[in-house]
Amino acid sequence: MTNSIEEIEFTDAILAIGTNTTENHPVIGSGVKRAVRQHGAKLIVIDPRKIGLVDYADIWLRPKPGTNVAVLNGLMNSIIDERLYAKEYVANRTEGFETMKETVAKYTPDHVEDITGVPADDLRIAARIYAEANSASILYAMGITQHSHGTDAVKSCANLSMLCGNVGVEGGGVNPLRGQNNVQGACDMGALPNVLPAYQPIANDDARTKFEKSWGVSLPAKPGLTIMEIMNAAHDGDLKGLYIMGENPMVSDPDLTHVEASLKNLDILVVQDIFLNETGQLADVVLPSACFAEKNGTFSNTERRVQRIRKAVDAPGEAKADWQIISELATKMNYAMSYSSAKEIMDEINGLAPSYAGITYERIEEEGIQWPCPSTDHPGTRYLHKGKFSRGLGLFSAIDYRPSDELPDNEYPFILTTGRVLYHFHTATMTRRSEGLNERYPESLAEINSRDAEKLKIKEGDFITVTSRRGSLKVKASVVDTPPEGTIFMNFHFSEAAVNLLTNPALDPIGKIPEYKVCAVKIEAA
Amino acid sequence: MGNKISLTIDGKKIEASSGQTILEIAKENGIHIPTLCYYPNTKPAGACRVCVVEIGTAGKLEASCCTPVSPGMVVQTNTEKVMNARRMVAELLWSSGNHNCLQCEKNGDCELQDLIYELGIEKPRFEIDLPGYEIEDTNSMIQRDLNKCILCGRCIRVCNEIQVHEVLDFSMRGSHTKVSPAFDADYIDSECVFCGACVDACPVGALTFKQARFKGRPWEMKKVRTTCPYCGVGCQMDLNVSDGKVVKVTTNMDYGKPNHGMLCSKGRFGMNFIDNSDRLKTPLIRMDGELKAASWEEAYGYIAEKFASIKEKDGPDSIAGLSSARCTNEENYLFQKFMRAVIGTNNIDHCARL
Repeated sequence: MTNSIEEIEFTDAILAIGTNTTENHPVIGSGVKRAVRQHGAKLIVIDPRKIGLVDYADIWLRPKPGTNVAVLNGLMNSIIDERLYAKEYVANRTEGFETMKETVAKYTPDHVEDITGVPADDLRIAARIYAEANSASILYAMGITQHSHGTDAVKSCANLSMLCGNVGVEGGGVNPLRGQNNVQGACDMGALPNVLPAYQPIANDDARTKFEKSWGVSLPAKPGLTIMEIMNAAHDGDLKGLYIMGENPMVSDPDLTHVEASLKNLDILVVQDIFLNETGQLADVVLPSACFAEKNGTFSNTERRVQRIRKAVDAPGEAKADWQIISELATKMNYAMSYSSAKEIMDEINGLAPSYAGITYERIEEEGIQWPCPSTDHPGTRYLHKGKFSRGLGLFSAIDYRPSDELPDNEYPFILTTGRVLYHFHTATMTRRSEGLNERYPESLAEINSRDAEKLKIKEGDFITVTSRRGSLKVKASVVDTPPEGTIFMNFHFSEAAVNLLTNPALDPIGKIPEYKVCAVKIEAA
Repeated sequence: MGNKISLTIDGKKIEASSGQTILEIAKENGIHIPTLCYYPNTKPAGACRVCVVEIGTAGKLEASCCTPVSPGMVVQTNTEKVMNARRMVAELLWSSGNHNCLQCEKNGDCELQDLIYELGIEKPRFEIDLPGYEIEDTNSMIQRDLNKCILCGRCIRVCNEIQVHEVLDFSMRGSHTKVSPAFDADYIDSECVFCGACVDACPVGALTFKQARFKGRPWEMKKVRTTCPYCGVGCQMDLNVSDGKVVKVTTNMDYGKPNHGMLCSKGRFGMNFIDNSDRLKTPLIRMDGELKAASWEEAYGYIAEKFASIKEKDGPDSIAGLSSARCTNEENYLFQKFMRAVIGTNNIDHCARL
């Protein structure tokens, strides 16, 4: 997030696109609802599904799945057309406006209605709400990113925000709500193929030299493979060994049949986890780890706030904290790592990751600090790009709408879109072992629009067969009006109805994110 | 907050801002006024009348939680008149419910118990009239015993004003008044999303965490502050540990950002996995097609040997690592260090894209 969670509650307008906030980030969802109910904020919801926030919205745009870029371009077209954009801000703080303007010129509200199904007048109303607010916050999540054009949609959000002068101001910003407790931190720490900690490019000689000096080894300069490329390399036999810590690709990745073949093709698969999950069952070696309640450390939340976790209970049996396991394995492989605590590792991070330099355990004992925090006397950063963008001028990108990789046709007439539900988390290794949550949501349900259900003679609770070009599964139907006609929604929590048998592994060319939000399926009564 | 004004509380001259309530300024100045229905970050209700104070010479009693300060105001917090009024309220509450502390989960952490004790009440002057509600036992997360409910409305305000789930309200009339979801449904049959905020807000034993029942009394519980392991909001919470086990999750508004004492159902009730019997307890190595228990030494030896031989034969880029958005910063840092410095490859990623 460019801005902070608590700013959302006190901003003038909120545009929530591709985020089912009340189910996936419920505490932020409540903040949005307080903004509307108690502080008079305007709320624009853009989502194909009738999500919880729709009840609180001033206007709800319901585009066809996969058409976010067209909607965002349409909003900008309307704002420019009505001269509602922040002219001074655009002139002084940004570049690339004219090229962007030319591109969005063809996305008139009428043309956008043809692509997305959003009524032209609704688009204009939403555009005015967003543009006329003093400060307006864009919230988004995987509904924006999990597309073969995810990066385009993220850039379009940034375009819209800059167009109205909302980047670098209190209550504004482009705010991705991150779905995992420490996905922010994993990125910050350089668990990525192209960057070292704090996003220092591995290909940059100065950056590499700094780490080589500290670590006492020479480092490869060539960026490595991304997660999907790793699976493909394993499938092709180019990759022989894979070490997986705390992930479950056998449920979470697209096209599971391909994933399974890839993992089985390895010479060695090492899985380090708290449970023997679906991926661990294919492993050659399994290492038992301590869970969050059994160790010390830090997580970085979606607003870049680095916060402590603390050991409350002992790990079961011989399980050890992941940092201990990695240290011991490194030492076994003749590279000594002799940390006696998580704090010692943070001390090392402080010295190597400039944005974390001032974030010490002593300072975050009571309240976490938001990076960038370059020194121990720096208070941390509430919102980014204040006064000036990190790169100098904010850069507009000219972006055209591209359809999703796989669209419905006669054989596969429905769109399948996927996501999470309130009571479960990701591959549900943890939540399905929690009594109360299972009571609330005991089995997978595929949400199907009532009109589609009527046509297909499917009743609430009937089993249906959902088939894509990659696989087929049986699941119980829930007949509701949450998804639009022609679209079915499934969660990916239940391995016995593993929706990723069906999803399309088509990747965004830059982000390499798979297109979980749109693929074509057929539905039959089972 | 508005202009500075001065007033007198218990003979002490005090500076306040206009718009503050008497209760707020008294708290700021360390002057104790007991409360029951007061709950931070919600609108003052003035429902219980426990926080009454005497204002001016006319001896008017006002609820301090919803009376704003005014210039020159003279407030007394502990006159005979005030104490009598508080005693009356406390005795009425005691006599209108089943306040038996013997097996109450809130024994030792109950605001009504504290009040009765503070006021030194031996027994209520009124006959105890048990409401006779059935204890709601239809879900595994929250136990509702309306026989202990004092109708302070804190659960209602937290549900509507803070969490904005808009599930709870007062229902029925007069002496039949009770708190409930729409149509007097049980929680499990209502729109309740089990965030548990109402339980944290309940000053007495009417709402308690059912799975923690008989697992440890408040003074036996060790509270360990930590960060929720689910989504990216990073809610601050207390793991309540008794006998080496996490038995419930509570919150603390004083922890402030980012969640100001709020949680969702996963943070609140998603902790059973911690001591689940399926947890991995030893390393496993596949032998003859089956995963068998092994020692750490054997496991490390196996991996080290295999990785070293792949590295030598096919080069370090034939090995890859997937780190974890679930693990700590320190562990992600070490994992990428391991892949880069020990294996010698940049083939490292995690599920940020998934």
